[in-house]
Amino acid sequence: MIPLYYYLILSGILFVCGVLGFLIKRNIITIFMSIELMLNGVNLSFVAFAAHWHALSGQIFVFFVMVVAAAEAAVGLAIIIAVYRTRETLNVDQVNLLKL
Amino acid sequence: MHLILFLFFGGICVAGAVNLLLQRHPINSALSLVVVMASLAGEYLLLGAEFLSAIQVIVYAGAIMVLFIFTIMLLNAGEEERSGGSHIALLVGVPGVVIGSVLVAWVLLRHSDTGSVSMFALPGYPHDIAQLLFHDFLLPFEVTSILILIAIMGAVVLASKPESIAERHEESEKKEVPELVGAGRDRR
Amino acid sequence: MNILTFAIISIVKSVAVVFVLLTAVAYSVWLERKVSARIQNRWGPTKVGPFGLLQPLADGIKFIFKEDLTQPYVYKTLYIASPIIAVVFAITAISVIPFGGEISLGPLGKTYLQITDLNIGLLVVLGITSMGVYGIALAGWSSNSKYSLLGGLRASAQMISYEVSLGLSLIPVMILAGSFSLRHIVEAQAHKHWNLFFFPLGTIAFFVYLISAYAETNRTPFDLPEAESELVAGYHTEYSAMKFAMFFMAEYANMVTVACLSTLLFFGGWNGPVFSDNAIIIAIMPVVWFCLKVFFFMFLYVWVRWTLPRFRYDQLMAFGWKFLLPVAIANLVLTALFVALKPGVWLAN
Repeated sequence: MIPLYYYLILSGILFVCGVLGFLIKRNIITIFMSIELMLNGVNLSFVAFAAHWHALSGQIFVFFVMVVAAAEAAVGLAIIIAVYRTRETLNVDQVNLLKL
Repeated sequence: MHLILFLFFGGICVAGAVNLLLQRHPINSALSLVVVMASLAGEYLLLGAEFLSAIQVIVYAGAIMVLFIFTIMLLNAGEEERSGGSHIALLVGVPGVVIGSVLVAWVLLRHSDTGSVSMFALPGYPHDIAQLLFHDFLLPFEVTSILILIAIMGAVVLASKPESIAERHEESEKKEVPELVGAGRDRR
Repeated sequence: MNILTFAIISIVKSVAVVFVLLTAVAYSVWLERKVSARIQNRWGPTKVGPFGLLQPLADGIKFIFKEDLTQPYVYKTLYIASPIIAVVFAITAISVIPFGGEISLGPLGKTYLQITDLNIGLLVVLGITSMGVYGIALAGWSSNSKYSLLGGLRASAQMISYEVSLGLSLIPVMILAGSFSLRHIVEAQAHKHWNLFFFPLGTIAFFVYLISAYAETNRTPFDLPEAESELVAGYHTEYSAMKFAMFFMAEYANMVTVACLSTLLFFGGWNGPVFSDNAIIIAIMPVVWFCLKVFFFMFLYVWVRWTLPRFRYDQLMAFGWKFLLPVAIANLVLTALFVALKPGVWLAN
């Protein structure tokens, strides 16, 4: 028996690490991985609340979050490959023109 | 027992997340993210969500992260260099996020009397999840399948080389003229 | 039984199973050499022990004594970690595979002949084989050489492509048994007949599974990533001595896992006629049947390897995505339809 807020604090730490990675990293792929970290933190809080309120819908939501994350990862990486082809760099500071 | 296991998996999780930020080479960040996802699968098991933990390993750690690692290998991503932008981001980002996280932690600790969860609190058997997924959540299920289809088409179009479509048109136009000449010549 | 007895029995089972698995891996190398030799009309290992049975021991000693070259320009940590990752995930998959029924240990209680019986056993095996891709992808990348990178990328792309049809071909089996637990699937086959004989859908599922599993374990006809004549040696070009031996062991351990799964899911597992009423024979006979069926699948693996030519890489990927995946999906839809319309005929309970 552990208090619910332990799980929420862990989920919050993961989310905060994801936000920090999104803001301070300069490589596009690492930024994208921080987004996945944020999604995982949110998944954990969904499952914790599902266990707390004994509602299985929380776990179903996690299912859908995973599916959306997978689709987003596929499209996002395709965009990264397209950007790399034209810009020859993965540094997000150098992709600063609206014209590709 | 529950606390020991929670701290074990949670510790690995936080260590992986912090390592993702500290590493400079993206492949090391990707591998620490895999560690985070595997430890999260352990956390889900502690809460009783067994089906979900298996799906987390299969989908996130076994497929999405493999995709990330492929991209890093194909694009030959190197280590990050320090530049002007990264210094500014560190100066502004770190204090901002620290303030935000303190705020979140303060709100959470204010509501620390919400109750507790026991080990395997809500058993997520595949049978029960299937009942819910295919009865109450049928529409979102079908919509996400269309979403995946759109994502596949989008990824294929975005990642294909832009010249290849134009090249194919040119080649098909060039072929018609020589063939007529050659066929006419042979018949005489 | 109390927790201490349970822990000790589990540890004993784990040690015994891992030991048997490693011996099986070593002797599957012997089997391959002997069968391939006979197919090619020559003898194979005969000198070291009777019928060359001590050859794996000699090979093991050779690997330990070989010079362990470490190239200067590799990414050190990943270079050393990749074979370890490959072997660990290959051996972990055996932990949910049941070998026999329930045996009673006298005053200590009853226990299954399985390290652990999970509700989601089939998903766990799928998850562990998905994680096995990392060993190969990271080995190819960390070796810092063109051949290795190409071989590693090709091998991992092939593995993740065929994982999809592998999983989809296993869902009809799960529908017919009504559970993900490997023990329940085998017991459901005991009530009816082997899943292979649910004609035609079970047979199609079996062949789709077998082909996808051959591609998953990088065995001929899908072994382009490690073919000697194509890419030097693919992802394990830069590895020598014990690290190479670990990749070798990982590949054969994956083969053993696939053979075990094929018998459990399609050939009835440990079900077979037990010819006596003696309690010991009732406990041992199912294990004997299981081992015989697994041996048949290992022999099939070697037979197919030395009979068929290998696919070219684009043929391989086209086959996986354009043929095998639609067949697996159609099979799944038809099985679900038949079970929904006539549950009494198809389901065990």
